[in-house]
Amino acid sequence: MLSIKNLHANIEGKEILKGINLEVKAGEVHAIMGPNGSGKSSLASVLAGRENYEVTEGEVWLDGKNLLDMKPEERAREGVFLAFQYPVEIPGVSNINFLRTALSEIRIHRNLPPLSAKEFLKMTKEKQELVEFEAKLANRSLNQGFSGGEKKRNEVFQLAMLEPKLSILDETDSGLDIDALRIVSSGINKLRSADNAFVLITHYQRLLEYIVPDFVHVLYNGQIVRSGTKELALELEEKGYDWLKEEFHSNESINNK
Amino acid sequence: MEKDDMMLDQLANREYEYGFVTAIDMDISETGLNEDTVRFISAKKNEPQWLLDWRMKGFHAFEKQDMPHWQNFKMPEIDFQAISYYAAPKQQAKYASLDEVDPELLRTFEKLGIPMSEQKQLAGVAVDVVFDSVSVSTTYKAHLNEMGIIFCSISEAVQKHPELIQKYLGSVVPHTDNVFASLNTAVFSDGSFVYIPKGVRCPMELSTYFRINAENTGQFERTLIIADEDSYVSYLEGCTAPMRDENQLHAAVVELIAMKGAEIKYSTVQNWYPGDKDGKGGIFNFVTKRGACRGERAKISWTQVETGSAITWKYPSILLQGDYSSGEFYSVAVTNNKQIADTGTKIYHIGANTKSRIISKGISAGEGQNSYRGLVQMGSRAANSRNFTQCDSLLIGDQCGAHTFPYIESKNNTATVEHEATTSKIGEDQVFYLNQRGIDAEQAIALIVNGYAKDVLNQLPMEFAVEAQKLLSLTLEGSVG
Repeated sequence: MLSIKNLHANIEGKEILKGINLEVKAGEVHAIMGPNGSGKSSLASVLAGRENYEVTEGEVWLDGKNLLDMKPEERAREGVFLAFQYPVEIPGVSNINFLRTALSEIRIHRNLPPLSAKEFLKMTKEKQELVEFEAKLANRSLNQGFSGGEKKRNEVFQLAMLEPKLSILDETDSGLDIDALRIVSSGINKLRSADNAFVLITHYQRLLEYIVPDFVHVLYNGQIVRSGTKELALELEEKGYDWLKEEFHSNESINNK
Repeated sequence: MEKDDMMLDQLANREYEYGFVTAIDMDISETGLNEDTVRFISAKKNEPQWLLDWRMKGFHAFEKQDMPHWQNFKMPEIDFQAISYYAAPKQQAKYASLDEVDPELLRTFEKLGIPMSEQKQLAGVAVDVVFDSVSVSTTYKAHLNEMGIIFCSISEAVQKHPELIQKYLGSVVPHTDNVFASLNTAVFSDGSFVYIPKGVRCPMELSTYFRINAENTGQFERTLIIADEDSYVSYLEGCTAPMRDENQLHAAVVELIAMKGAEIKYSTVQNWYPGDKDGKGGIFNFVTKRGACRGERAKISWTQVETGSAITWKYPSILLQGDYSSGEFYSVAVTNNKQIADTGTKIYHIGANTKSRIISKGISAGEGQNSYRGLVQMGSRAANSRNFTQCDSLLIGDQCGAHTFPYIESKNNTATVEHEATTSKIGEDQVFYLNQRGIDAEQAIALIVNGYAKDVLNQLPMEFAVEAQKLLSLTLEGSVG
């Protein structure tokens, strides 16, 4: 589904991604871990098309389409969903209204007929229940006055509504207490299917106890330095990131000789 | 939800869509302004002597006054001698039925989206249309008449209800008020008149549509609304003009009078031609609007959505004379490209236990300059009176400006005045967030702006709210870099 080849990207002239390679197939869940500043969130931003990043080299394909040629909204309509680390507040714009606009754009793009108000409300209700999102939050202004946890849960609710192919969750677990983490994880587990894929960006192994990944990748210094299965996450939890850093730097010094 | 859908459906059309000119035979007076001009207009309208005398007083007051100098922009040079003060479609000015109206004129109204044939009326909106200087048609008149409601052009009211006109015209905005009000007094050509009798609740929205068509003309309409004791009326006005390279002057006066227990709700969607991207052309909109709550528990509410005009200079005001009377001012003003808006309100708390609420939302984009100017005055008798003001500015881009000039004067220490102000910028983060959900930048801005203005737009009747949302989006077209 997603194919990233030798992806390099800059922000303000500084290289942040230094040759990322990643293949994600339908039905898979990938976790991307790594220490602070390793480029995890930058990767999410580049995939979503945030303007202040400049791709200098490499390719990204989504089901055979060149993602890097598309505007952010086109990527979204093609099925890329980014659950933001820090969702913004938009006063006066109702959550539901916003979702209806978004969904109708996406449906137009997919050549689906528009939903009637009744169908839309029915869907809203089902998805709210599925991801345990309160109706009162759905009817409020978009994220306005939401707690950190409520914002994260709203991201998962939106994910449920928009039914993307590829969901990228950028530290969705950060700042969640254990109950919220359980709700968010169980929502995501219910949304997993053979047709969609998830990329979980996380700093901690904790999330992966709830959402079991098929693959774990470690990002360091703008590159994936190691890939494995869920055992890799446990190893990281136990040893921290330092051993990987040391390994990386010793390799680098060997290579430079 | 419905409103947004309708708005989004109509987003495709992005130019100023009312910029066309109607090719119609016009009866246009020579340009220039002197006593003869005033006599000419008065004679055209077959007015009684007292009205001509009053016009003359206005004209002499106009001659003595200077242009205002306190606003937050450089007053443009206006050559009052280069303006024609009277323009009317050449057929007879009054029509007994729509069949007599020039078909070209009817097509114009169709283009403007005004349903003129009565069967096509939106349920519950009666329309009076002022085309250049004359009122063309007032719909639903018969139905309103049965209830004793008078809704007609002011020229007609002068002929048919002279006692009401003589008593109330100029009673809220005197002929000496300011240079533009004095000019209007001298040369006002037409406008609407409404009288709601005691205890009557007007069953439909009353609406006037103003259109400047002819070249080198000004529009000087005069509106007078009287709500007698315990009555209610909601009144809407809309405005458009053709695209022209030269500036045109619009100097209207609106007077509202609410008696004991009466309520007047006055809504404006102003979309005069704003000029082109470089600031060439556009309407100079210098308007005096004022309402008086004459009796106890009277209520006046102004709601305005100002998206058009090259310059808007407008401060709909309220005199809270009766005890327990209340006033509201809700405003959204948008300036894009080189547009200037200096707008706000003045609220005079005169009676005791009076209340007022001001919600102003300025939106600046392009190189637009937007000023809120407001005065809240608590008089010595205004015991226990309260005002709340909220004044927000939204900036799009970094070439525009937002300014706030709140004035508060209190002569009564039991009165309270609260003022809140915020300034914010549409963030790239907000736009990107919406993009990431499949919404393009134009729509994202429209959503954000409509969300920001929601408190004001909610005050508008449904048909106007849709129009206003659409206009906000259109006005801001191209403002996202």
